[in-house]
Amino acid sequence: MEKRVTFGKWTIGILFAVPQLILIFTFFYWPAGQAVYWSLTLQQPWGGGNIWVGLDNFRSILANADYWNSITASLIFAGISTGLAMFIALVLAALTDRQLAGSWLYRVVLIWPYGIAAPALAMAFRFILAPEAGFMAFANHFWPGFWDPGLNGADAMASVIIAFSWKYVGYNFIFFLAAFQAIPRSLIEAAAMDGSGVIRRFWDIQFPLITPTIFFLLVINITESFQDSFGIVDIMTAGGPANATNLMVYKIYSDGFKGLDYSGAAAQSIILMLLIIALTIVQFRFIERRVHYR
Amino acid sequence: MVERTPILNFFTHLILFVGFVFCVAPFVIVAVAASHNLKDVNDVPMSLLPGSDFWVNIKTAWTTTDLGPNLLNSFIMAFGVAAGKVIVSALTAFSIVYFRYPGRMLIFWLIFITLMLPLEVRIVPTYAVVANVLDPYQTIMDLTGLSWLIQKISGVQVQLSLGLLNSYSGLILPLVATATGTFLYRQFFLTVPDELTEAARMDGAGALRFFVDILLPLSRNNMAALGTIMFLWAWNQYLWPLLITTDQSHAMAVTELKQLIPNVGGAPEWHIAMAGTLIVMLPPLIVVVLMQRWFVRGLIATEK
Amino acid sequence: MASITIRGVKKNYAKTQVVHGVDLDFASGEFVVILGPSGCGKSTLLRMIAGLEEISDGTIAIDGAVVNKLEPRERGCAMVFQNYALYPHMSVAQNIGYSLKVAGVPAAERTQRIRAVARVLELEHLLDRKPMALSGGQRQRVAMGRAMIREPKVFLFDEPLSNLDAKLRVQMRSEIRKLHRRLSATSVFVTHDQVEAMTLADRLVVMNGGRVEQVGTPADVYSRPASRFVATFVGAPAMNMLEGEVVLDGLSLLGGSRKLNVSRTGLAVGSKVAVGIRPEAVRMVAPGTPGALAATVDLIEELGAGRVIYVDLDGASFSAVTSETVHPEPGSTVGLQFAESDLHFFSSETGARLDVFKASVPAPAPATL
Ligand SMILES: Nc1ncnc2c1ncn2[C@@H]1O[C@H](COP(=O)(O)OP(=O)(O)OP(=O)(O)O)[C@@H](O)[C@H]1O
Ligand SMILES: [Mg+2]
Repeated sequence: MEKRVTFGKWTIGILFAVPQLILIFTFFYWPAGQAVYWSLTLQQPWGGGNIWVGLDNFRSILANADYWNSITASLIFAGISTGLAMFIALVLAALTDRQLAGSWLYRVVLIWPYGIAAPALAMAFRFILAPEAGFMAFANHFWPGFWDPGLNGADAMASVIIAFSWKYVGYNFIFFLAAFQAIPRSLIEAAAMDGSGVIRRFWDIQFPLITPTIFFLLVINITESFQDSFGIVDIMTAGGPANATNLMVYKIYSDGFKGLDYSGAAAQSIILMLLIIALTIVQFRFIERRVHYR
Repeated sequence: MVERTPILNFFTHLILFVGFVFCVAPFVIVAVAASHNLKDVNDVPMSLLPGSDFWVNIKTAWTTTDLGPNLLNSFIMAFGVAAGKVIVSALTAFSIVYFRYPGRMLIFWLIFITLMLPLEVRIVPTYAVVANVLDPYQTIMDLTGLSWLIQKISGVQVQLSLGLLNSYSGLILPLVATATGTFLYRQFFLTVPDELTEAARMDGAGALRFFVDILLPLSRNNMAALGTIMFLWAWNQYLWPLLITTDQSHAMAVTELKQLIPNVGGAPEWHIAMAGTLIVMLPPLIVVVLMQRWFVRGLIATEK
Repeated sequence: MASITIRGVKKNYAKTQVVHGVDLDFASGEFVVILGPSGCGKSTLLRMIAGLEEISDGTIAIDGAVVNKLEPRERGCAMVFQNYALYPHMSVAQNIGYSLKVAGVPAAERTQRIRAVARVLELEHLLDRKPMALSGGQRQRVAMGRAMIREPKVFLFDEPLSNLDAKLRVQMRSEIRKLHRRLSATSVFVTHDQVEAMTLADRLVVMNGGRVEQVGTPADVYSRPASRFVATFVGAPAMNMLEGEVVLDGLSLLGGSRKLNVSRTGLAVGSKVAVGIRPEAVRMVAPGTPGALAATVDLIEELGAGRVIYVDLDGASFSAVTSETVHPEPGSTVGLQFAESDLHFFSSETGARLDVFKASVPAPAPATL
């Protein structure tokens, strides 16, 4: 879409874009380029500039079992938490959209978790899921050793997934509800006149009409699970136990800033960037589909 | 619509209520735990009736982590990011939508691409840039031979250096440098009728005048939505402030929370930890509750 | 007060040309209406006068000075838009006074002039309202006020009445007319509504496909349409058009099924023409009346004051407006009669008006029917 009416003095027009251009050049393009440069070079321990090593950094990362472990953990985390958060949100949104008495309450409250900072909610869940103090201690009381995220990798993974999903249920809920409410009332009424009941209508009409939103949220959730997980992991498990929750962004952080391996961290960043770009491209394809739907 | 579905309605209410409980429970548990003393909070199971130590715990949490100054830092950063986004994005969107110039599409795409890669994935080099923001320019001048030329001509050796670690600018600017708001404004500007622009031009208004007198006032809703979203987003940032603020006086409330995690072997002071968590949770929660309309709107509008 | 001179004006969008060389002269103080079907380039022409659209070729001069390169604000024109284009966040007073504010007129003088304009337009009690809280007619008046306050040399209107309901439109029409009489500023009014055009115009410009078809007074345009397009576009119901061919003793119509005796043709035998008859000029007579065309009634539209009878003439549709008490039934046969002087002739190839011959009352078709 383009404007029919524009202003003539385009030199002034460019000036309006300059602040943002400077910002994105300095803090986006330069660092992104820098990451590429670092990923292809190796910093010499005694200083004195970087030496070109081609794809060696990538090779050594990809040969590293820890890295593959991190990718696996990230994918497990992304898959389960996305599925969980989306499914619960879809059910809640569909039911809220029925507009029974009191539905305003859910509409207001269910989005609260999304406002909370990941580390803060991680802290809350670290307490709630703590094996010795919180409610899981109760379970451990009956089945000793049932739950210990500090020692058991699966338990730790489950903890971060629960915390992340809790936050993103609220997020997905907003989008699902908006999508349901965008379906014209008359469509539902027409289906009702055709003799279709509530559940039937959901599967025949509402669900097909919100599939674009489902695809959209799928991509967003996966992308966010790569980024927004950092705070949760850092507070709840610090990547442990035994790297069980060492998700990709967390590993970049610990390799780069704790291990001071800039080149390795840069190479990991590049791989993550490519992954996210691929996802975004997928998303655009679906967005196109979404436009056609309307 | 007249529809009798008592069983379905029952299950609707039931499921929604369970969802509601799961949604609110963590808030309640945090608040209740924050009111217990060391012994009660470690009871198995912990009592869900509030204890009496709420204010004591809040005070302890507040002082042990310097929450006062940290909250202030968080506010400054969140406001800074929100204001920066609201202003810078509006300017850029105005430029892309209301002018035709060579390279406009290039600029459009340059900005658009930034949507793809969040700060988290390019954290290492961004950190290096913030350590000396002028480094990109220095490097460019060195590579193009400009520094050499200047040194030859004026005898001055060019050494651009401006470190932004432990500064508000270092915290805020990189967070402003993405396109989220730009596209929100763009979408909105495209819906502003052309006739309004023409009427303003017939009335004698130039580009700047139109922007300030007509376009910005019309964008108030979008500004509120974008501002709300960005405030929350910035407030909840964790990784970036963690890296940039090594110095205690610039620390954010969210990053300082980590200090409250009970040490292995130390006393499990969950009551203090939860009091701190509550304090850090509260400002964004209040914003969400008060600005709900803008929050929802901003969320849906910025994610396209 | 200003005259407008338009010379060879063209407009291209990328590859398509939408205005193909227009020459027009508007006298000072004149009320000119540009009439044409949707998409014919009326708005484009108006917007080129306003300075909202670049002029691809040719010149536009206001008061003798070429304005091609001037910005809208430098041309001394004011414009009223179809959807009013009121600034939604400003009050009525702010809307009206915005151009003065931009021009740096002091607040006191501004208020005074806003009041004066509001008085003329009877908007005084609405000055603090936002456009959202106004009715369509009131918004329309605010848009007029915004144009008036600058005391422009030229008023430009782009279909300003088309968003109003029928009754309000008639009322605003007469208000615009009155206002023009009072201010007597040169006005250019674009519309595709011919009733609006006929009632408002001192002079009418009929456009089609980016070209001017005819310029003249409304009466002129109605009684002597310069082209086949103007003939069918102006007047409702539209003028009847029958295809014909010049034959030795007159015209053969509708592929030879009907024949028309014409007194004299200046055209070569075999040339194609179109014969036009306004429905208002057709008289209904009893079938079989000598000299009348026989036709079958298709459909009758009741207008209250009269009736439009649609008949079928050997497959061609033909209409007649009648106030007579004849009540033909659909399916019945009627006779149609018209005077020779009411016939219009157009060239089939170019559509241009032909004034070269006169026709006689149509005779019944020969046996070849
Ligand atoms: N920006 C543009 N690019 C290409 N073609 C255009 C553009 N603007 C208008 N046109 C074309 O120019 C022609 C004339 O448009 P214009 O708006 O002048 O019509 P109009 O006579 O005012 O019609 P209406 O009565 O519907 O307002 C139309 O065919 C339109 O499609
Ligand atoms: Mg038009």
